[in-house]
Amino acid sequence: MKPILKSILSAAVLGATALGLSGCAEPTPQGRGIYLLMDTSGTYTQELQKAQQLINAILAKLDPGDSFAVARIDTGSFSEKDIVAKMTFDDRPSQANQQKRRFRETIGKFVREVKPAGHTDITGGLLQAAEYLNEKNPGVKTVLIFSDLKEDLKKGYVRDIPLQLEGFDVVALNVTKLLSDNIDPREYMTRLEDWQRRVEDGGGEWRVLNDFDRLDRILMAAR
Amino acid sequence: MPFSTQLTNATLTWLVLIAGLSVVLYFAREPAHQAILTFTRLLYRALRVAAASLMNGEDVLRQRNREVLLAAGRDAAERMIEREFERIDGAVRRDLGTAPALHRKMNDTFNEVVEDYSQSADVPPNPPGWVEAVDAVARIPSNGDPVVTAILQGVHDTLVEERDKAIKAYREASKERHKRLQGIVPGLRSLLRLLGTLDKNIKNLTRRTEVIDRQIEEYEGILKQEDSAVRQLSSSSLIQFFVSAFVLTIAVGGAAINFHLIARPMSEMVGGNSLIGGVKTADVAALVIILVEISMGLFLMESLRITRLFPVIGALPDVMRQRMIWVTFGILFMLASVEAGLSYMREILLQDELATTALLRGEAGAAFGNDFVWITTAAQMGMGFVLPFALVFVAIPLETFIQSLRTVLGILGMGLLRVGAASLRLLAGAVRHGGMLIEFYDLLIFAPLWFDRQVRAHFGGQRHTNEIRQGEAPTIREMPS
Repeated sequence: MKPILKSILSAAVLGATALGLSGCAEPTPQGRGIYLLMDTSGTYTQELQKAQQLINAILAKLDPGDSFAVARIDTGSFSEKDIVAKMTFDDRPSQANQQKRRFRETIGKFVREVKPAGHTDITGGLLQAAEYLNEKNPGVKTVLIFSDLKEDLKKGYVRDIPLQLEGFDVVALNVTKLLSDNIDPREYMTRLEDWQRRVEDGGGEWRVLNDFDRLDRILMAAR
Repeated sequence: MPFSTQLTNATLTWLVLIAGLSVVLYFAREPAHQAILTFTRLLYRALRVAAASLMNGEDVLRQRNREVLLAAGRDAAERMIEREFERIDGAVRRDLGTAPALHRKMNDTFNEVVEDYSQSADVPPNPPGWVEAVDAVARIPSNGDPVVTAILQGVHDTLVEERDKAIKAYREASKERHKRLQGIVPGLRSLLRLLGTLDKNIKNLTRRTEVIDRQIEEYEGILKQEDSAVRQLSSSSLIQFFVSAFVLTIAVGGAAINFHLIARPMSEMVGGNSLIGGVKTADVAALVIILVEISMGLFLMESLRITRLFPVIGALPDVMRQRMIWVTFGILFMLASVEAGLSYMREILLQDELATTALLRGEAGAAFGNDFVWITTAAQMGMGFVLPFALVFVAIPLETFIQSLRTVLGILGMGLLRVGAASLRLLAGAVRHGGMLIEFYDLLIFAPLWFDRQVRAHFGGQRHTNEIRQGEAPTIREMPS
């Protein structure tokens, strides 16, 4: 009996050790990291309700372990202060759900209280996004830009610096046409092409998405 | 240089190369044919030797399979006979253990019947002896004398009275006899019933002995290593293999459902994002629990002596074995309870996730208000508790599968070896004469051969003409084959 009991105990100890080890296992970079830039300049603030819905939709798709941050684009966006909410969701699904609810509340409060910014510093926001995501080091890095992509820098701000976006997926969302675009559509085309060039020159992948249904597919593909 | 010129030059180079090679091959034709013949003969022999080796291997494997099959069959037959003897022992104890009591009961009943019969045979009491004397006096004529008449009348009355008494006594005696005879009937019925029970018991024993006889006959066949016994065992082994494989497939399905029940809530315990060897830790933990349950089930079945996968457990003293039964059952019960708890947690997590998703989509309250959630929760908990115990019985088909797998693999191995030997023999037959290779060689040098034939035909024809002119008989020169 003794050897048998010994084997059973050994098996139990091994099982317990395996479970313990699994708890202490070092997580490999495999989650998703999403950074959403919200344009709060001028008339674009009217689009923020749409952005809030989009954020909720993204939250519903995220899994435990994923990182998500939402930041505003204002006069000087290269700042941690512009990050409205950021969170790396807990490994435990129940905790992750609670975090998602808190995140939603924070965004709701921001959208209710936001004031339009005088200038639009998209490049600064992108630099901040790259810094945040590189620090988190997730498996997939995605930057979503909810903006008309019209950069309007305050005098003295230097932003003609090359972007470092290797391994980044940059998606421009809800790129609305401005009045001037309607007068001369080439301005809109040129704006998009300029951003594509800048992102691709920085090693990133550029996409424009005005149909939010496709965003679901992008998020699912990024799993 | 223009492309067409380059092409022409390359073509010419190739043509020259092919022509040169053909000429070389033509001059090497005779030794090449010899080499081909030698090579094919060698190959033929090697293939034949390889085929013979494979057949030899198949024989060895067949013999080994036969031994394994007979050993397994002998073991199974011994178990069956042992079990049948245990059954017959139980039947003898149960049915024939009461035989002395039955015999006593029959004896008592028989004695009662005999007693009743003997008592029923008692003669009714005779009228007293003086009645005849009184009767004789009563028959004396009175001759009209009133005194005598009165005396005679008194005698007559006494006589009638005595007759009535005698009749009454007789009737009572007859009634008593009938009563006794009636008392015999239940006794006889009881005897009949006892005899029926005895007959049933004896028939039952006879049937069991017939089963044992049949099994002993099969066992003798196995011991004598008869071919019919081997065929029967082999066939039965194949059937067992497929049946157990089918049952195991069902068990795997059960285990998969069990896995899905506990994998999700496991992420709440061990985290849903960490990986072990590329697999989610929660999945690994759930799998470990299920495997531990199956192992405990195996140990439990071994301790109960239902399966015999681990002889060490079967050979344990009974006290230790019983302790092991309780230990394994306790662990199983604990794991089943854990699974039931995890299943409950799964439902809670699911509801929480649905509520969060609904909130994020602006459908707050949509996920709530379902009054029937308790049904799915209870069903999941029930499944979580029952499935570990159901998986215990996997040990039985697993044992059968492992035992029959040996035979099936042996048969497959024999088949493969036989097919391999046949293929090698076919190949050996194909290369035996090397004709195909020689013809292929000649095909490569068809141009020099054609030229050779033309030249020979020309010179042969000229010589033929010369020979006719010179008056010599024409000879046919043998062409190289």
